[in-house]
Amino acid sequence: MKHSITLDINGETYEVTVEADDLLVDVIRDHLDLTGTKKSCGSGECGSCTLLMDGAPVPSCLVLAIDAQGKQITTIEGLSKDGHLHPLQESFVEKGAIQCGFCTPGMILASKALLDENPNPNEEEIKTAISGNLCRCTGYKKIIEAIATVNK
Amino acid sequence: MPEFDYFEPKDLVEACGLLDANRGEASILAGGTDLLVKVKEELVEPRYVVNIKRIPGLSYITFDEEGLKIGALTLFRDIARSEILRDKYPALHLAAQKMGSPLIRNLATLGGNLSQSSPSADSAPPLLVYNAQVKLVSSSGERKVPLEDFFLGPGENASTDNEILTEVQVPEPGSQTKSTFMKLSRRKGMDLSIVNAAAFIKPDSSDGACKDIKIALGAVAPVPMRAKKAEQALIGKKLDPASVRKAALIAQEEVSPISDVRASAEYRLDMVRVLTEKVILELL
Repeated sequence: MKHSITLDINGETYEVTVEADDLLVDVIRDHLDLTGTKKSCGSGECGSCTLLMDGAPVPSCLVLAIDAQGKQITTIEGLSKDGHLHPLQESFVEKGAIQCGFCTPGMILASKALLDENPNPNEEEIKTAISGNLCRCTGYKKIIEAIATVNK
Repeated sequence: MPEFDYFEPKDLVEACGLLDANRGEASILAGGTDLLVKVKEELVEPRYVVNIKRIPGLSYITFDEEGLKIGALTLFRDIARSEILRDKYPALHLAAQKMGSPLIRNLATLGGNLSQSSPSADSAPPLLVYNAQVKLVSSSGERKVPLEDFFLGPGENASTDNEILTEVQVPEPGSQTKSTFMKLSRRKGMDLSIVNAAAFIKPDSSDGACKDIKIALGAVAPVPMRAKKAEQALIGKKLDPASVRKAALIAQEEVSPISDVRASAEYRLDMVRVLTEKVILELL
């Protein structure tokens, strides 16, 4: 059964028609062409589908699109403004925290949520904040550095 | 994903009505971190999904002289941050910090964790040692079930398919009591427990012997369980490494771990002794 829903993504309103079982990650990627959010494990364990819902990082592969109505959603596309990268994005680039880039949108959004609450996290707090995001390339060291030094 | 019809009841009456109308074919959706994984893997095939998150008044942590009440829709993130829990129910506070990942904790609910009734549920051992009970609501009314009677088998519990778990109630822990939780897993983050354990002790004020002790273990039996024989071995005794070691060996006789992808039965059995000792000695 099709449902017409409204999604608030990066400050814009999108009207989409979805099935009840359509996942938020798929609607964002396939219906709305916002492919910065990635798909990998499909079970909420890898973090590549991370986006912010009302400021909190969640695995969008475990959210039904219809259930995301009424939430403020931020994807990685929502971070840069007028062509300028968000300081976190700049920091990741400068510190070499990006190799293949697949984990990066999720890592950045998870760390944005951390810094929004705790602008000066210690290393343990950073590690905990990104403990739901896997990276196969970097070994995490540069990612942690990028997050730790972004406000410095 | 397999198709289903979807409902967002605005209150419990409506939700219970939907479960009544579709008995055996409806699944309750709270956080979705277990249900949607199971639906994707076709382990569960609901014809109807009833999203209870739009029902107000089911997310809260309150504490008064009667004890603690946690609404079933309370997120693990909020349990992990609760100062009331940090101070009065530290085992549950710790367990919530170690469950899943920060992303999962932003969606997962306490009611969902208990309702999924995994033997390794991280919220279970703490709530067992705290003598929790759950409130189940249906169109016929409500009833309370002690948590130790709630879990019936892996993924099975005492609620019927038209009941909704709405609240967890925990008695006041008493003064001078101590409790803690430990989780053994392959990774520090985002992993299911190989073995988890909680302990609650009440020392006797006169001689420091153990007036009351509760020990709960998870992932080592078909259900999260209390190690009651181990507890009996310590009541009235002085708690020291020797007495705790004896009790931990008894705990090994009470469990029935299996081998799975995370660990062998033999390793789990060994870790029952290790964790039982650690979780009690930590409190001394």
